[in-house]
This record gives sequence, C-alpha cells and structure tokens, in this order.
Amino acid sequence: MTDRILTVRMEAHPADSNTLDRYEATGGYATLRKALVEMSPEQIRDEVKAANLRGRGGAGFPAGVKWGFLAPAEPRYLVINADESEPGTFKDRQLLERDPHQLIEGIVLSSYALGVNHAFIYIRGEYARPARRVQRAVEEAYDAGYLGENILDSGLALDVMVHLGAGAYICGEETALLNSLEGRRGEPRLKPPFPAVEGLYAKPTIVNNVETISNIPWIIANGGSAYDAIGPEGSRGTRIFSLSGHVARPGNYEVVMGMTWREMIYQIGGGIRDGNELKCWIPGGASAPWFTPAVLDEPVTLDDAGRLGSMLGSGGIVVMDETTDVVAAALSIVKFFAHESCGQCTPCREGATWLERILQRIVTGHGREADIGLLLDVCDNISPGLRWPPAQTTICPLGPSLVSPITSIMTHFRSEVEAMIRHAEPAGV
Amino acid sequence: MSDRITIMLDGRPVEVDAGVLLIQAAQDAGTYIPRFCWHPRMNPVGMCRMCLVEVEGPGGTMLTTSCTVPVSEGMVVHTASETVKKAQEGVLEFLLINHPLDCPVCDRGGECPLQDQTMAFGPGESRYVEEKRHFEKPIPISDLVMLDRERCILCARCVRFSDDIAGDPLIEFLDRGNYTQVNTFADEPFASYFSGNTVQICPVGALTATPYRFRARPWDLEAVESVCAGCSVGCRVSVQSSQNEILRLLGVDVEATNHGWLCDKGRFGFQHLAAPDRLTTPLVRGEDGELHEASWSDALDRAARGLAAIVDSSGEGAVAGLGGSRSTNEEALAFERLMRHTIGTPHLDAAMGDALDARLLAAAPRRGLIGDLEQASTVLVWGPDLREELPVLYLRVRRAVAELGAGLVVVHPRASGLDTIADHVVRYRPGEGGALLARLAAGDGDLAEVRSALDDGPVVAIVGRTGLTEDGDLAGAVAGFAAELPDASVLAVSRRSNLYGAIDMGLAPGMGPGRVGEDPGRDADGIVEGLRDGSVKGLVLLGADPAGDHPSGTAGDALSRAEFVVSIDLFINDSNRGADVVLPAAGFAEVEGTMTNLEGRVQKVNRLVPAPGQARPANEILADLADRLGGKWESSTAESLASDIATLVPYADVSWEALDRGTGGDGILARGGDVVYSVPTVSTSVGNGMALHLGRVLYDRGTALMMDPSLAKLTQKPVLHLHPDDASSLGVAVGDQVRVSGSDGSAEVDAAVDPSLSPGVVYLPFNLGVSVGSDPSVTVEKVT
Ligand SMILES: Cc1cc2nc3c(=O)[nH]c(=O)nc-3n(C[C@H](O)[C@H](O)[C@H](O)COP(=O)(O)O)c2cc1C
Ligand code: SF4
Ligand code: SF4
Ligand code: FES
Repeated sequence: MTDRILTVRMEAHPADSNTLDRYEATGGYATLRKALVEMSPEQIRDEVKAANLRGRGGAGFPAGVKWGFLAPAEPRYLVINADESEPGTFKDRQLLERDPHQLIEGIVLSSYALGVNHAFIYIRGEYARPARRVQRAVEEAYDAGYLGENILDSGLALDVMVHLGAGAYICGEETALLNSLEGRRGEPRLKPPFPAVEGLYAKPTIVNNVETISNIPWIIANGGSAYDAIGPEGSRGTRIFSLSGHVARPGNYEVVMGMTWREMIYQIGGGIRDGNELKCWIPGGASAPWFTPAVLDEPVTLDDAGRLGSMLGSGGIVVMDETTDVVAAALSIVKFFAHESCGQCTPCREGATWLERILQRIVTGHGREADIGLLLDVCDNISPGLRWPPAQTTICPLGPSLVSPITSIMTHFRSEVEAMIRHAEPAGV
Repeated sequence: MSDRITIMLDGRPVEVDAGVLLIQAAQDAGTYIPRFCWHPRMNPVGMCRMCLVEVEGPGGTMLTTSCTVPVSEGMVVHTASETVKKAQEGVLEFLLINHPLDCPVCDRGGECPLQDQTMAFGPGESRYVEEKRHFEKPIPISDLVMLDRERCILCARCVRFSDDIAGDPLIEFLDRGNYTQVNTFADEPFASYFSGNTVQICPVGALTATPYRFRARPWDLEAVESVCAGCSVGCRVSVQSSQNEILRLLGVDVEATNHGWLCDKGRFGFQHLAAPDRLTTPLVRGEDGELHEASWSDALDRAARGLAAIVDSSGEGAVAGLGGSRSTNEEALAFERLMRHTIGTPHLDAAMGDALDARLLAAAPRRGLIGDLEQASTVLVWGPDLREELPVLYLRVRRAVAELGAGLVVVHPRASGLDTIADHVVRYRPGEGGALLARLAAGDGDLAEVRSALDDGPVVAIVGRTGLTEDGDLAGAVAGFAAELPDASVLAVSRRSNLYGAIDMGLAPGMGPGRVGEDPGRDADGIVEGLRDGSVKGLVLLGADPAGDHPSGTAGDALSRAEFVVSIDLFINDSNRGADVVLPAAGFAEVEGTMTNLEGRVQKVNRLVPAPGQARPANEILADLADRLGGKWESSTAESLASDIATLVPYADVSWEALDRGTGGDGILARGGDVVYSVPTVSTSVGNGMALHLGRVLYDRGTALMMDPSLAKLTQKPVLHLHPDDASSLGVAVGDQVRVSGSDGSAEVDAAVDPSLSPGVVYLPFNLGVSVGSDPSVTVEKVT
C-alpha cells in the first residue's frame, strides 16, 4: 500500500531531486508523454474526480468538483497558489524547492485537462530560493519541450509564468491573489462570481494549491481509483503536515491520514520537547481553532477535525507545551492577522487591531474585568455566534480567522486569562 | 419595463423589480437598509458591511451584504432580526472607534449618514478605551478639495467615482489593514474636473470643498432645485444658500441628464455671483468719457434715446443684438421682442460665431437624447473635447463605453478626454475635415473598420465644432452622414448653457420663436463685420462678451467703432467697458424661468436669493426699454412671458406649473417646429504650412470664471502645442517662446510638445488671453 506520493523522490535523491535530469531519470514526464497521446482531457478530469482529491490550500474543496465549475469562456487560466503564508505551514516550500518538475508536470496535465494555455505560479515574496528553483525548472521544461508552443508534438500549447508576491498573507486568498497578479491591490473580491467563472482578467480560472497539483501526475499515472483507495473516506491520498512548536522532531511529514492525533504528535513528531506536558495544539494553520489533549485519540481527518470544531486547513500543526503562555500565543496570532488584514472591510480592519490592543493590555498587566466579555463580543461582531464553521460579517475568512485563537483560549484556558486580569495593576490604562 | 418578482421581506411578500440589488429592492418596498459604501450610481463593493441582512438559503440563514446580492424570486430576507441588528450595531461601533467625533466642527454635521445611523442603529456608549488612529488633518488633495483621513470610513466611494465614473484614477487606497488610508499620489495631484462629486458622495465629512468649508450648518440652509448654467447639458442642481448668499450647489440625480454628477466648474462656479465687481447700479457714459452711476430711469432713457437716434438716422437695420444664450427662455424671448419687433431689426444672434448653424442645433436630423447613450452599441464623437466643454456629457459617454460596453469612435485633431477608452481614434488637420468625412463615408483604407462599426447600431453621433478654426458646416455634414446610418441618433452640441433655448426663442437670424422661419438677418459674424464697416451702428448686448468670445479675437476692435452700445450684464467686460449704457442684470438663482438643454429638454430654474443692489431680471429691463421705444408689450414679467412661450408649438406642453409639479427633474422635451436643417457640403482647403487647432478648455478666461475666487486660479497660461517633429524642425524645445501668427494677429507664447497632434498642426487653447484669429492657417517661429 502506498504511503508516500509527493516526497519519495526528494527523499531518495536529496542532492538533485529538483533537476530535470533526476526527474526524468526517476520516471518524470513519462505520465505526461503517455497521457497526451492516450487520454482525452475529459478522461483526465474524470480520473481527478474519481480520486476524490481535496484541495490542500486550506478549504479542502474537492479538486475534481472545482474543475467541473470551470466556465467555458476563453481564454481560461490555471493559477498555482504558492503563496504559503499561513503561520506554521511550510510544506509547499519543500515541494517547490525539492521537486518543481513534479508540480510542472501536474500543471501541464491539468492545463491539458482544463483547456488552459496560460498557467501562473504565484509564489510568496519571501520564497526567493524556491522561486529561483521553480524558475530554473520552468526554463528546463521549456528547453525540453514540456512547455511552450507544441508540447511533445501533441499540438498542446502552454506557457507558465512565475510571479513573486510582495509579502502579503492575504494574497494567499485566491481572489486577492488574482487581484495581485493583475497588478491591483491585494484585496479579496466579492464572491460570487467565483474564479472558476470570473477569475483572472475576469476569465474562467482554476486556482489550486501547490500540493494539490503536485498530486496530479501520480493520479494520472496510477488512476483515480488507486488514489481513492489510500486513506480514509473524505481524506484520501497522502498529505504533508508541517509539524512545529514544542515537538521533539519538527518538520514536514508526508503521511496517509487517519492516524490519531496522539500518533501524530508523539510518534511522528517524537513527543513533546524536554519531556514536557502537551498543553494544546493548532491543528491546521493559525486560522484554526486549537485542540487540547481531550481529543488526542481522535483521528486526523478533514471531517473529524471539522466535527470537533476546527480544521486541518493548511496542514500546519503547531504544538504548545505546558510552559506556553497561551494569552501571549493568542496575541501573537491576532497581531499577525491584524498586520495582514487587507483593510477593506470594516469589522476586520477595525476589529483586528482592537482585539490586538485589548490582548496586549491583558498580557502587559493592564487587563480589566470587562475585557473578557468585550473580547468575546468584538469577536462575535466579526464572526456572529462564534460557531464552527464560522459565520462572518467580513468579506473573506481572514476575519473569523483572527477570532479562532481568542475563542480557543476563552474556551480552554479562561481561568488563565482571568488570573492574568486579576493580577493586573489596578491603574489599568 | 422590467419584470417584477416577489420576495419575502421581513415576513411580508413584496413585489420588486427583478434583478435589482436587494438593498435597492428593499428601499423601493419601503424598507431602508443602512449603508455607507453603496451608491446607486456605482458598482457595489460590499466593503463597509453596514447593509448586512439575513437571507435564507439551502444551507440555512446567512448574513449577507444586501448591496451585493440581486433579488431572486422567493428570496426570504430578514432586515431586522436580532442577528442583523447586532451585526449592524457591531459595524457601526467598529466605524466609530477610530472616528474623531468632531461633529461640532465638521461640515457634514447635521447631514451626516454616520451621525444619522449612529442615532438610529448605533451603540449607546463607547467601549473603546484605546488611542484613536491619527493622521495629519486635513490635507489639500486638490485646489478645491480637502481630505481628513481621521474622519474617513474607507467606503471607497471617492475612489470608485474617480476610477470608474470620471476615469481620473488619482485618488486611491494606500497601505493596508488598520493603516489603510485614501490619498492622492505624491507626484500626481488630484487634478480632476469632477473632484467636487467626491465631496458630495463622501458619507462623512472626510472630503470637504474649500469654497464651502465652515461656511454654514446644514440646518441653516435654504434650498431650491434648479439647472446648472455652466453648459448646455443642463444638469439638475440643488442650490443652497444661507442669509441670501449661495453657499453650495449639489447635484440632483436625474436619469435623463446628470445622474447626480456635476463638473467642478458648474458646482463651484456660483461664487462670481457674490463677487465684489458685480454690477449693482446702472452706468451711463458721461461727458468725461467715463461710466458713471445713474438711476434706472436716466439710464433707460439714455439707452432708448441712443438706439432711437440710430434707427432714425440709419434705419432699423443699423441696430443689432447679440447674446441671450446665458439667459432664461423668458429673458431671451423678451430680447427677441425688443430687437425684432420693438426696434425692428432682423440682425440678432445668441451665438458668438463659435457655435453651429442655429438650424442644426434646433432641428438636427434624427435628433437624439443623452439617454440614447444607454442603449448605444457605438458612439461617434466628432466634435469638441467633451471633457473640456460638456463635462457631464463626457461622463455619460464614458459610462456608455466603459461601463455598458459601447464601442467608441473619436475624431479630433488632438488627444481628447475620451481617447483612452476609444476603440478608434482618428486625427486630422483642421480645415481638412471634409475630405476625412468623404473617406470615412466610403470606408477608405484604415477607416474601413470605423465605417463598419458605424453600421452596427444603435449609433449615437455627437457632433460639434472640434475647434474654432473649423468650419461650422463640417459638423452639419457629419450630422448629415450620421443621420443616413442604418440606426443612429444625432446630438449636435454647442456649449453655452441656454443657447438652445435662446435659439428656440428666436435669437437667431432667420428664425423666429418656436423654430419657425423669419426674415434673414446677420449672424454674429455678420454683425461684427457690420460694426467694422459701419453698417451696424447700434448694438444691444444681453450677457454677451463678443470681444472675448468671438473666435476672430477682433470683435472688441469692431465694437469700439459702434456709435451706441447698450449692455445688460452682471460684470464689466472687454465688450461693455466702452459701452454707452450698462444695465445690471440679475443672474443665476436670482431669477425664475426655464432653460432648454442640448436635447431640447426644458427645465425649470428657480430663484433663491435676491439680486444684489439694483440689479434686475433682464426681461424687466428689456420691457422698460421697449416701453421707452414705443413698444406696447402685454407681458413683461417672467411668468407672463412663460405663458407666451407655451403658445409656441414645440413648447406647447411646457408650463412652469407642469415643470414644478409632476415631471420631476426630467423636464419636458420641446420637439418639433417648422425649421428644417439642410445638410451642407463642406469644402476642404488642403493647406500647406501650419494649421491651427483652436480648442476650448474648461477653465478659460470667461468673465464669470475670472470673477470666481475658487476657479480663477485654475486657469492656465496659454501654451502653443507642437508636434515633436515640428518642434525639432523649428528648433523649439519645451518652454521656449514661439511666435504664432494668424489671420488676425500674432502672439508670443511658451511652446509645449504634443505627440497626439498630426505633424503640421499646432494647438492653442482658446480664450486664455491670446488670440491670433480663427483662420486655420498660421505660421510659427521661434522667438530668439
Ligand atoms: C486568508 C486566506 C489565506 C490563504 N492563503 C493560502 C495560501 O497561502 N496558500 C494556498 O494554497 N491557499 C490559501 N488560501 C486558500 C485559497 O483561497 C484557495 O482556497 C486555495 O488556493 C485553493 O486551492 P486548493 O483547492 O487546491 O486548496 C487562503 C485563504 C484565505 C482565506
Ligand atoms: S476580512 Fe480582512 S482580509 Fe478579508 S477582506 Fe475583510 S479586511 Fe480584507
Ligand atoms: S474620503 Fe469619504 S468617500 Fe472617500 S473613502 Fe473616505 S469616507 Fe469614503
Ligand atoms: S453598503 Fe453594503 S457593504 Fe457597504
């Protein structure tokens, strides 16, 4: 049974897994060569649908279903979301740096399937080395005839452009990304229309995450049903988790989903550093509500995480041990989101900084009795009902994201917040 | 008619227009949903989040911004549920935490949506104890507009207006998150002819207009609706005053004309009315050769005697009348009576030799409406630079093209405001338009595509004089060509505000009131010519300044030869400085009456403030003068003249009562009449040497503008624009002095380079203080 798909090559050939030579020597582009001759675009789409591959960018939307929404208008675009800015998430980086041709082969196959002649790879601005590696790989692919006017003499034409962002988390949100790509302010657009109908330059556009598309060559080589046979229902295939925080062995791990959180943290992550006690963890990037040891024996799947009031999101797991000041941790996440708010909608723009300042006050010993109620009510005005999946008064999910750490500490560690406020200096602000 | 559908609004079924946004549908059904960023004339952005409501869907009830979702059949909407109320209160609180709450010193205080909605929906007290956001305040972002970023609620109305409506994307959001601000770019000032609209639509007091800042509180203002007198588009305005002084104009949203917008010249141009130089008493030339104050009766006696003497000595035809295009229809009709009937001269013209044939303006073939632009598939603009001359028509064309997707063909001697959104831009040399038209009609060579675009109707053809060196008949020929297209309507345009009304009132040679034929007479060119050769000896000017406005630039000299000149005006200008009698007239918002716009749309203008000093409505002055000349008029008040106007065939439906009552701002179309326009053929004089394009700019040195403290400083100095090839062959660099010599003089001006001109064509803005005549043929040399 397959237990790894994406990281096999880089593991086996750490020195040169990013090169075309190594990629071809390990079977790379053979799938493309074959598919262009033997498969119709529709057949490829069917395989991806059958694979039940869910998006790896955060929302977990089934890729095959999204592809089915692509409107017929021409031209159509494929955009690879390589903005990877979610705190605690660093798996796309590895795929970009260590196996760019796997992504490119996925892009060519997907473009063929979708009737796309222009694809874009939008890489976060800070990822200079990954961007260089991808750029070099794109050039190699052009030279070898895997990209360009007439790919492998099949008549297929595809240009791939690598674009570097300018350092804004919000540009990972797909419509802000499209605005940024068009040279506009990186602000999320109103949906609908969804990108598949009106995306880049108002043309039908598929936006997929790096990891999502990196799976395509394997799916086409082995068949959608083979992929669908890996892992539990609803969480098919493998997935790269970025483990960080107070685990003994932080890093990226490609695994088949369905193990328990206990296995994830204690086996894969090697347990808690210095033999400390586990306090809590963020299961899927900074936007995700936190888990506590009470759910350690629950399975790691998309649907179970959702049922428990959080998500696997971007696959970034941040573990916190007993020494963690959770209020300070929440503050640091809220600060991040306040800094990254695009500022277009009122509740996020104003609320984020307000929440940051209240938490700041509490952490610096100037909290007041009323602050707990105030924090929760301000959160409620951003994400009404404070429920999961979140409602929002904002345009995009960044608003509710900044609510997650606050509701997490209020749900699980309220007494710590209260204690902090009780010991506040009486003068207050 | 749009389809109607039923939605459930707060538990009651209501019928609404299909396809409209929920916020609009609810409002039409009587439920007002609070909003800040949504504006009915702009695309929604859903940014402020104030308009959140709950909509029931397959996945349960969802909070949704009502400004971004169109209604659909059976939609179930809750606008006042607990969740909605909490969300709206939350948004308001968010908006207020950083708001300075300096309402007592804010121009918007008292008419501020933020203040109002805080009262209606807002939280009682502030829970925000942190320091508010600070910005330097206020900063000037243009000569007319100040920005206070602390008050700004970041609704993007100003940004959207500038980007989408005006096409002047100079005000933008900078920074992000909590530090987001609107601002202009440091190296690009907010130089827009439309900046005042941003002040009007800003939902708070963040944008304020320098002419109005700190001048009044909204509850002290008195207001009437009227029509802007800036140009012939006829934008609807609300004129507002305090203590008998006009303090501001606001655009009123009228579907037919302005959609609520105004240009800055129209919006801010009222200040000349209170200028210290405004005429307040009659003036009569004394023995010493100077103008002296006089009583009304002395001045009128003197005026009547002077005119009668000329009639006695040289006949009726030795007297002529110029003007009336800035007057009301009632005043214009009085002028026509005085000239054609009481005095008995056929020589009268409301235009200044700078417009088009009066028959074309009053009876263009397939005459269209501004509103035709909404359905246009192609717009042809072969006429003035609309942004400079008819700014709100420019906005309507922009909307047709940029928003509604019409194709656009612009024919002009140089870059004009619409070029950036045009599908086809055609340049030509002034004087050679006839040949170009022939090639266009034939679809010659590179014009084939343009020609076929014009077969794709409906076409709206906007024709007029591209510049003042151009033969006015060219526009007529273009109108004739357009009228022959399969599906086209024609707007023949000229700028002065009530020129169309004045022509309809008979202020044109050979045309009497109601678009009927009359004995032929001299037009403005002929009158100027007559003054020069002595065949015209007496002149009556009604709000006219031929010395400044006649394209030849030599009318002033001709005027100085007149034996006797009477001027009815608001100011002393180059034309009446040497007059024998100057009579002070009431102006905009000081008289009641009607005006007729370029479509033939008649609208009511209203009185709000008294005229200064002894100034009087022109029709009363004209009636008194007629009385002294033996004319027996039955009607002299504006109201009685209005009833006379209603007897004219095209104006049969027009009455003050009807205009004030049911027709709203849309006015009443005056259509029909006997006059027909016969399309001329134009000759082409292919010149060698340099050809002059004499184009208008919005802020020229017209008297009213120069008397306006806010606008006068916006006029620029005259510069001669040369094609780069011509500049280099003349050895001229930008900023060098050049001498340009034309049919009627020469001038030394700075040179600028303009690659949009054809080689061999130079461009000089008209009425910026230099004049070389209106013949296209000029010579240019470098001044060393
Ligand atoms: C605030 C925000 C930030 C996001 N950042 C990323 C990101 O960095 N990378 C990413 O792939 N998706 C990100 N997403 C998700 C994208 O909007 C989008 O769902 C994803 O790119 C779709 O690809 P997938 O279907 O393959 O997952 C973000 C979403 C939000 C709301
Ligand atoms: S929620 Fe925040 S990041 Fe998202 S659109 Fe609104 S202001 Fe921008
Ligand atoms: S200045 Fe006024 S119109 Fe512009 S964004 Fe701010 S509040 Fe809105
Ligand atoms: S009015 Fe709808 S979001 Fe602002």
